Amino acid sequence: MDNEKDILEVRNLQVNFKTYAGDVKAIRNVSFDLRKGETLAIVGESGSGKSVTTRTIMGLNATNADIVGGSILYKGQDLLKKSEKDMQAIRGQDIAEIFQDPMTSLDPTMKIGRQIAEPLMVHKGMKKEKALAQALEMMKLVGITDAENRINDYPHQFSGGMRQRIVIAIALINYPEVLIADEPTTALDVTIQAQILNLMKELQNKISTSIIFITHDLGVVAGMADRVAVMYAGKIVEYGTVDEIFYNPKHPYTWGLLSSMPTLDSSGDSLPSIPGTPPDLLDPPTGDAFAARNEYALKIDTEKEPPFFKVSDTHYAATWLLHPDAPKVTPPAQIVERQKKYAQMQKAWLKAQQPTTPVEEEEEQQ
Amino acid sequence: MDYENAEKILEVKHLKQYFNVGKADEVRAVDDISFDIYKGETFGLVGESGSGKTTTGRAIIHLYEPTSGEILFDGKNVDSFTSKQDQRDFRQEMQMIFQDPYASLNPRMKVKDIVAEGIDINHLAKDDADRTKKVEDLLETVGLNKDHSSRYPHEFSGGQRQRIGIARALAVNPKFVIADEPISALDVSIQAQVVNLMKKLQREQGLTYLFIAHDLSMVKYISDRIGVMHYGRMLEIADADEIYAHPLHDYTKSLLSAVPVPDPEFERTREEIAYDGSQENDGKERHLVEISPRHWVRAASDEVSLYKQRAQAASLIKE
Repeated sequence: MDNEKDILEVRNLQVNFKTYAGDVKAIRNVSFDLRKGETLAIVGESGSGKSVTTRTIMGLNATNADIVGGSILYKGQDLLKKSEKDMQAIRGQDIAEIFQDPMTSLDPTMKIGRQIAEPLMVHKGMKKEKALAQALEMMKLVGITDAENRINDYPHQFSGGMRQRIVIAIALINYPEVLIADEPTTALDVTIQAQILNLMKELQNKISTSIIFITHDLGVVAGMADRVAVMYAGKIVEYGTVDEIFYNPKHPYTWGLLSSMPTLDSSGDSLPSIPGTPPDLLDPPTGDAFAARNEYALKIDTEKEPPFFKVSDTHYAATWLLHPDAPKVTPPAQIVERQKKYAQMQKAWLKAQQPTTPVEEEEEQQ
Repeated sequence: MDYENAEKILEVKHLKQYFNVGKADEVRAVDDISFDIYKGETFGLVGESGSGKTTTGRAIIHLYEPTSGEILFDGKNVDSFTSKQDQRDFRQEMQMIFQDPYASLNPRMKVKDIVAEGIDINHLAKDDADRTKKVEDLLETVGLNKDHSSRYPHEFSGGQRQRIGIARALAVNPKFVIADEPISALDVSIQAQVVNLMKKLQREQGLTYLFIAHDLSMVKYISDRIGVMHYGRMLEIADADEIYAHPLHDYTKSLLSAVPVPDPEFERTREEIAYDGSQENDGKERHLVEISPRHWVRAASDEVSLYKQRAQAASLIKE
């Protein structure tokens, strides 16, 4: 796991929010790595801690946030130990963020050319004319039509999709090493979403940025991510490559997420759903936080928290079902289909490549 | 659904809904659309933002005066109700579930009063005990606990609030429910719960739904038939399975090609089809034409043969 290709390493991060009712344990021991040039998707429901994780990386948490423990290593340096002044130098320069809502994340009183050029003037001390010239180039790069004439327009003169392109241009103007995209397309229509996602992929190829992509849309994840981390109640419960998570998921929560999304082929009377609601993080339950909503829950799930079990070198899941002593269970029908497809893909892949150690997958396919 | 003997519950005929008529900023939000909805079916309305789908829903429930055209509900023109009683009956038979469960419930009212408001207005309860019982039954129907009735909306999660919104709509025993993006504000795992609830209620109470949404896979899942809107016009209407398997209009093809699918293997090869909207504004007169049985496409007279060919290629029509 630790190698020099990791650009960002989050280790045992714990974040609480102080409220009148007590401490909300929003992030409970989260660890992950981000490698050079890859896209890591973090998926999960609202309240699972995806946005808090990235806001902690950016140092943009609300004032009642309390970082209880852990470290965030960016190129070997701990961001949590940096002063606010140091963080200001990093933010928008090395690590940049595309915010969710293009309607509210732009300054309505500032011309967009100026907004795109601002990071250059702040971080590189560039003169205004030069910065604006570079902003114009960036506007063309992100596909804002008629850029020369629109550089002096205000945000309200643009459509939602164009505004999101402006937000992307601002985030990319300094060619950041790490780009955090927090639901960048959730507010957009599917056709515009497709354009923005293609644009992000294209730009990633050009400047080899690493992207942390936060979304709850598994369709978007399937198209964008190299690796996926699934979060639930402030913890990562499963992570692996995009194929491993979509075709060979091991955690019941991932099963639930994948099967509760209708595909264009699903039909039938009722959609598999995850019953209940996420737990209250003021007082997280003992054991596995998902146990109360999990039809596959074992007795131990309510007593002891499951550790990560290794599925393959790149794939880990925190569920007691992977323990050697656990009873064998059959996942929902949709997941069994996916696993069959995965087995076929692996066969084809093994034929094409030199044989390597096959992933253990007989466990749940009886 | 059996469409041979199906009865029409709603007929929309040449509906036009313009705003700022006659001014420089005139907006033709809905521009001459016609479609029917049958008793007991779910009609899905999809389109991008600004396509006029929400305006259509609001015009049907008569929140606007239509610029022109007719809306017939159970054979009666919605626009011509004169007596208070007719209007009240209409409002009772047609109900709406709103998009945002955070904005559509009065934060200062208890759940029981929110749900019972329609019961009170329409005098559907004999006395207090009957009212309480009706509210508790409704809460149970939508999967909430009767103890919840004396709480306020802020004490509930998004999915639970949407259930309260559904209970409120059902309180007056409607026949027809307009659901305007009822699940877009909810989390994925909760969306399935609400959609399952809506399907169950439809089976039990014989409801008819107009389901407006931009999430195409969810619309396909819940709908019997689907209409695709673009620039205030209806471009294609067909059975849900057919429109997804064999879209005939270029815009529908383009819209479907943009939907991301939770399958990485598929995503690697998915190609988006671009659509040039200007082809609709070439001045030709276009109407919905039935290309194959119950599959309508908006076409000019010289385009009909092209769509017929496409339908033949997809073996929707024989010959």
